[in-house]
Formats: sequence, C-alpha cells, structure tokens
Amino acid sequence: MRLKEFALLGLFLTLSLPGAGSLQGQGLELTGYVALESRLFPQSPLLNQQFSGANVSFTAQPEFFFDFASGSQSLLFVPYLRADQRDGNRTHFDIRELFWLHVADNYELSVGLRKIYWGVTESQHLVDIINQTDQLDNLDAEDKLGQPMVNLTFVRNWGAVDLYLMPYFRERAFLEGEARLRAPVQINTDRPQFESDSKEWHFTWAARWFHTLGIFDIGLSHFSGTGREPLLMPRQSEAGDLALIPFYHTINQTGLDLQATTGGWLLKLEAISRHGQDNQFFATVGGFEYTFGNIKGTGLDVGVLTEYHYDERGKAATSPFDDDVFLGGRLAFNDVQSTDFLAGAVIDRDTGSAFLNIEASRRFGDRYKIEAELRSFLNASPQDPLFVLRKDHYLQFEISRYF
Amino acid sequence: MEMKGQALLSTILALLAAILLLASTPAQRGLEIAIEADRRDTGFRDLTAELVMILRNRHGQESIRDMRNRVLEVDGDGDKSLVIFDRPRDVKGTAFLSFSHKSGPDDQWLYLPALKRVKRIASNNKSGPFMGSEFAYEDISSQEVDKYTYKYLRDETLDGQECFIIERYPVDKRSGYSRQVVWIDGAEYRTQKIDFYDRKDELLKTLTFQGYQQYLGKYWRADEMDMVNHQTGKSTKLVWENYKLQSGLKARDFDKNSLKRVR
Repeated sequence: MRLKEFALLGLFLTLSLPGAGSLQGQGLELTGYVALESRLFPQSPLLNQQFSGANVSFTAQPEFFFDFASGSQSLLFVPYLRADQRDGNRTHFDIRELFWLHVADNYELSVGLRKIYWGVTESQHLVDIINQTDQLDNLDAEDKLGQPMVNLTFVRNWGAVDLYLMPYFRERAFLEGEARLRAPVQINTDRPQFESDSKEWHFTWAARWFHTLGIFDIGLSHFSGTGREPLLMPRQSEAGDLALIPFYHTINQTGLDLQATTGGWLLKLEAISRHGQDNQFFATVGGFEYTFGNIKGTGLDVGVLTEYHYDERGKAATSPFDDDVFLGGRLAFNDVQSTDFLAGAVIDRDTGSAFLNIEASRRFGDRYKIEAELRSFLNASPQDPLFVLRKDHYLQFEISRYF
Repeated sequence: MEMKGQALLSTILALLAAILLLASTPAQRGLEIAIEADRRDTGFRDLTAELVMILRNRHGQESIRDMRNRVLEVDGDGDKSLVIFDRPRDVKGTAFLSFSHKSGPDDQWLYLPALKRVKRIASNNKSGPFMGSEFAYEDISSQEVDKYTYKYLRDETLDGQECFIIERYPVDKRSGYSRQVVWIDGAEYRTQKIDFYDRKDELLKTLTFQGYQQYLGKYWRADEMDMVNHQTGKSTKLVWENYKLQSGLKARDFDKNSLKRVR
C-alpha cells in the first residue's frame, strides 16, 4: 500500500468510526480508540535496507466489556491491531486482554489474558515482569502483550496478596528488515531457545504483597519461571549467516517497590535480585519527584524528577540502565484540554551517552487527543546498548479518536 | 407538683441556653453551627451518585465530563471517596481514590487504565483545579469540621430562607483560600452558598447549591452546584443524578485493588 492510500485509509477509519459505540443497557459496553501515528526520522539510517524519512502507522484498540450477576462477574475483551506502512513485522494483531473476573467478598479470581503493572518509578519499569513487552509499538516498554494466567487476589487488613499462575509464555518480537529503531543484526525469532525443556509451556508463577502503611506504599514480589527478557546468542545459520537467537532462561526474581508520599514529595525505589540469568545480579532504580502545585493560582503544576539507575552487570547488562541518571520535568496545565508536557534525559555516568525524550499531549473537543513525542540518542557510546539506535532520532505525532 | 417541677426545669434549661448563647463568642457560635450541620449529615453510611460536570469558559463554550462518585463514611475519621471518569473518553476508566482525614493530609491514589497502574499521588496540591474545572481539589474533598476554624457573622435571608452566615478559615496553609463565607439555612442546616476569597482576600468564586432533596427521610443532597469564578468569568456546574444512600458499600469497594476493576 502506498503512503497516501494508507494515510487516507487510516484517517477514514479514525474519523468514521461510530460515535458513541456503547451498547449500554444490555450490560455490554464498547469503548476504545483508533489512532494514526506518523514518525519522522530526519537522519539517514545505519543500514541501507532501513527506510529513510517518514512512516505512518494505524492502530485500533476496542474494549468490549460485559458484566453480569449484578456486577460480581465480568468479561473484558481488548483486541489490538497495528497496521504499519513499511514494516511488515510491526503490523501485528494481539489480544491485550481477554478474561473473566469474579469478585467475591473476600477474594477475586480471574482467568484469561491480562495486563498487570507493578512499580513506582518513571524512567524504568524494573520490577514489572508479568507481561512480555511489545517493543514493536514503542521503545518505552509500556506496551505489553496479554499474559495468559489465573490470578487470585486476597485483600486483608494487612495488605493485598496476588497469586499468578501462568501456564504459557509469550515470546518477544523484534523489529527487522526495513524498520528503524532495530538492532543492525538479524534476530532469528523462528527458533528461540529455552532453558526449560517444556519451552513456552514451562509453568511460571508469581506472587505479590502490596500494602499501605501511612506515607509508605510497599510492594514485595517474587517471580519464578521463564524470564521475559531474552539474552541474544550469536548462532550461525545453515546458510552460514550470523544471526542472533533469543534465549529464554528460567529465572527467579525477587522485587521490591516502595514509595513514600509526603507533602509535595514522592520518594521512589525499585530493586530486583534475579537468579538464573548471568548467575545472580542486583539492579535498582530510585529517586524522587517533587511537584510545585498550582503555581501562582494559574492551575499549572511543575514537577521535577530525578532517578538513579544501577545494574550490577555493568556494561554487560541487557538494559541500558547500568549506572545512569535520569533528569526530568513535567508540566501539567490542568486546563480543559488536559495539556501536558514531559521531558527527560537518561545519561550514562561512564560514557556520557544520553537518551532524550520529550512528550506532549492535548485533548481536542470531546473525543480527540493529539500526542507528540521526540526521542533522541545523543553522544551514543559504542559501549552502550543504545549505540545501535544512534541514527534513529525521531519525531512522532499521533492523533487518537476515542469512542 | 410534677407539672411545676417540669416547668421549673424547662425555665432553668431555657435560661441556661440563653446564658450560653450570650456567653458564646462568634468563634464558638460558628463552630457550633458547623458541628450541628455535620451531626445532621452523619450516619448516611455510603453514597453512590452520577454526576455531569459542565465547564464553561468566558465565551460560553462548554465541555462536559461524566463521572461516578462513591463515598463511604468512616467512623472517627474522614470519608473515603472514589471518583470514576467516563467522559471525555480518553480518560475513561481513570479513577481517583481519596481517604480524607480529620487532621493531616489526605491519602490519594490515581488509577491510570492504559498502563494498569495505581499511583499514589501527593495530596498537598489542594488548591489546584480538579479536571480543568473551577472546583479545586479542596472544594470536592470531604468537608470535615476540623479542617477549618469558624466565626459566626450574622443571620440573613437568602432566597426566602433564614440563614446563618459563618466565616471559616482553612487550617491548612496550602489551601488556596484566606476565608470562605458560608450561608447555612437554619431550618435544615444545609449549605446554600459559599463565597471563596483568595489568598489576597479578594472574592474569587461563588458556589451555589440548588434543588436540595431529602434521602432516607434525613439526609439532604443538592441536585445542582454552580461554581462561578469572578476573576476569570469561567464557571462549572455539577449536575447530580441517581443519588443512592446506604446501598451497602464496604471498605473493600474503596481499596487500591478495587481501582483496577472500576469501569
């Protein structure tokens, strides 16, 4: 499909989807969004096969919600579709959520594909491990694949306990071919390797205790099973080409997330200890966020954020956050259109490599939202995992229509 | 004999009341009115309601927010409240949970449905606007007696109703107001009108309450609240629907876990 046709199709779908799609009354509710994203890469790519210039992408994420038994049971279905102009691999379909939930007086039980979030810090989601990251969509590790599970929740006056039983593992997908923001080597996802003989059927479980004690919100978690983050192992293919093959270890990871909220301060800490991948290692991220609220009665909030990242593996870490400082700022206008700005940089203390991120968003009318995103890799050092992205600075605009 | 005794007792009580009344300072009188208003509204246990928020700018352009509100009375402490957003659609499923306390800062959490993230937020920014409206966080949070000091000003007739006018002063230094002037009707102790004065002691906003209805034969709730900002010309109207009191909500419906499944 050519760019123009593609953009027109996306625009058409975005604008023409029925207004209020709710079928309320029968207990069924349809909501969700469609969005048109355009990315502009000003620099020519590292590899000849990667595209130059602009790319357009269309996404849709409807939500079907149905509740019954006077609200004590419900079904939620959230399919997700991305159609990308250039990258066949980025075009994908996923079921983000599809689960049945039963809420009883002293427990909750859900069965199906769910998305679970753990953690408190802003610049890295370190303890968050239940779902596989969908990095086809975005670099920020905030898009996740639906994880099949049985989830049992108990809420007591000493805290909430969640148990997760996960019979099946979902592999990470990688950008390839024409795509920007990808590693300059072939990653062969057709033949992933697993430490466990049961491969993706290796049984995985996790548990988390969460509680609020005064100013502290504290979460303690343990995860045991197939690690979500693969190590990429170089292997020679039969044709003799060198390719990287994802290897998934069986890991045990204990995590802590802690936030203290006092006055305008949020003090945050996340830490993990992971066994089974590179023997054992420790990683942490911690820092603060301070908000100057309602400055001079204008409604404007200005937040400043600082976080420090440490990974015991050093430069051998799978994440770029081995000894890095994050500095950020947030502007929230608290106006009718919810205008927000967020800017931040993660700077490696050893190499000086910096990852710059600026985001802005604003609502238009009742149903539209426009978001802009600028990402830049500055001063990238060959030692840094982000080195391979040094030509992939981009500016993104996205218009979403909610229904 | 018995009759006489009763009459005497009544006389003594009336005299005592008169002495107390005369003796009470404007501060005591103001506090007494606030305590009485609070006492009359105690015991509703829990409440659910739907509300439409109509934001108007000075040119009269409107934007609409739809929300649902749930409140739980807590013995010996401030109320727990949950606000769930339905419209605009981009914030649908966002939920705001607040545990207010008689003294000290409230505990507040925000649920962000796109990330499935429950985030504890700072509650000190109470003077900031709620959802871009003319209501500040402190205007919509649970009005506990201990959050202000009081002064009785005078009696006055407002729209045909005899009202006490009291002035109240926020205890919290981070409040956006120097004082509030409150009209409370003498018949039922319902708040009828509030004038808000900013930190420079200039009139900032006026909130009026309309369409009071009684629930369970005791508790009064207004159908409409209209907040007008005199300094910007903007206004926000809250239209309340489907008030239900004592519907059997529990603490369980206000825990952080419940945020993830509100819809």
